[in-house]
Amino acid sequence: MLTPAGRRPWTFYVLAGLFTLFVIFLYGPMISIFILSFQGPTGGLVFPLRDPGFTWFHALFGQARTGDVGGAFSRSLPLALVVMVLTVLISVSAGFAFRRRFRGASAIFFTAITSLIVPGLVLSIGILVTFREVFGLPVRWYSSGLAAHLTWTLPFGLLIMFAVLGRLNPSWEEAAHDLGASRWQTVSQVLVPIVFPGMIAVALFGFTLSYDEFPRSWLTVGSKNTLPIEIWTMTTNVTSPALYALGTVTTAVSFVVIAIALGSIWVIQRRRSRRG
Amino acid sequence: MTLRRILPYLQVAPLTLVLALFVVLPLGLVVAVSFWRFQFLVGPVPDFTLQNYVDLLSSETTWRLYLSTVKFTLIVLAITAVLGFWISYFLVFHVRNLLTAIALFLICTVPFWTSNIIRMISWRPVLGKEGLINQALMKLGLIDQPLAWLLFSDFAVVVAYVHLFTLFMIVPIFNAMARIDKSLLEAAVDAGASRLDVVWNVVLPLSRTGIALGAVFVVTLVMGDFFVVIVMSGGLSGSATSGIYNDVQIQNYPRAAANAVILLAIVLMMATAIFRVVDVRRELVR
Repeated sequence: MLTPAGRRPWTFYVLAGLFTLFVIFLYGPMISIFILSFQGPTGGLVFPLRDPGFTWFHALFGQARTGDVGGAFSRSLPLALVVMVLTVLISVSAGFAFRRRFRGASAIFFTAITSLIVPGLVLSIGILVTFREVFGLPVRWYSSGLAAHLTWTLPFGLLIMFAVLGRLNPSWEEAAHDLGASRWQTVSQVLVPIVFPGMIAVALFGFTLSYDEFPRSWLTVGSKNTLPIEIWTMTTNVTSPALYALGTVTTAVSFVVIAIALGSIWVIQRRRSRRG
Repeated sequence: MTLRRILPYLQVAPLTLVLALFVVLPLGLVVAVSFWRFQFLVGPVPDFTLQNYVDLLSSETTWRLYLSTVKFTLIVLAITAVLGFWISYFLVFHVRNLLTAIALFLICTVPFWTSNIIRMISWRPVLGKEGLINQALMKLGLIDQPLAWLLFSDFAVVVAYVHLFTLFMIVPIFNAMARIDKSLLEAAVDAGASRLDVVWNVVLPLSRTGIALGAVFVVTLVMGDFFVVIVMSGGLSGSATSGIYNDVQIQNYPRAAANAVILLAIVLMMATAIFRVVDVRRELVR
């Protein structure tokens, strides 16, 4: 950076090496379980890979299945979708509220931060007790589980909205108003287009954080497991590559979601820069 | 106009409701349950006793678990801070093309959106007795016997923590560094500072808020973890939270709650101490 143009300082190569090693460290183990999930029927939990195939993927959903994997998927996916929608609605709305002064703003903000940093297991116990003792309701993935996931996704959503709305200049709204736009027109034609990429980011966090959440789910989903809890029980019971196959399937779902989110942000930005 | 005045309250109402019902109330109840009595074969009984706290604080196991948690926290904090600082530094000041920097940054963040449990399990075929590292070292003839301490050890726990949590350092530090005006660096060099001086006296102080935010995340994540320490140590090590996990499994909710209150107090104290140094909200909207 600070040497004459064209020549890179030696620190560049050292740090580039560190960065490469870090990326290998980050992805290497994950790639190795993706490869090992295609282990043949005689293959074990470690390399070498013996006659690769889809044995363990069939085992996962087939007759001699290792647990209720299909059921876990059928709960985790809708739950993540509902959490995603609620997270976007609640945090976008709250984000706009925080642009003005109102009573209790800092109390609410610090509660949100507490919700973010409180150990998940502690909150899991608390929500279990709340549902059983206060509401008199049984714990279920779609009630107490949903509540527990919201306590995890909302703080992230709120922080993202702060970052997005912090850059939003209030004079744009005033300009729209001065030019004769109604409140609704200002919201739909000025504010929403500007915050839209931020909303996609909030949706991405909402979906993936719920879909992968384990500590907060542990005591709050009830007798029907969500996916991370199914995986947790498998880590202790299952000693076949079926565990890796499940890892590959869940990660593939996550990757599809990430790709959709990042891809749509990219498309929006491109369209915008072309127009502007 | 009254609507304008009450609008913020309406907008923040759903968030407030969720936080009140599912964060404030549950945490209050955890505090309440921590004073209950646990009766053998009956379970938790409403009461007001300090016995759970007395039991915990006088037990050697508690102290051992907390000490081990603090040890892991400090080790992981040091490693992730150094890694996070230099990786962010590389991305912000060494990569010249902004798009390349953003792409490399995204590569670092993608694993965050995937399952922690899967990422933790993925160390098994790498660190295990017949894992990749042992196989490689044996083939190279560097060792005759597989290294047993690679998996199911404190080492494995630290590796998994660093793997899972370095990201939480990279993101805020990257964010803080990206806001540093590059002309400041040039000015420092023109004034005769060496490149190391620039890192130490300009970049590091200006990244302070990022490091502090990352530290809050890493401290709270490591202190609140129970599954990494259980799986990666093979049950040999524990953490404060794994003590709570064990109590919940034997249905001793009062003692688990008391332990949770102690843990919560420590975590919130550490976070408050760090937040004293930086005003997060102002940093975010800046």
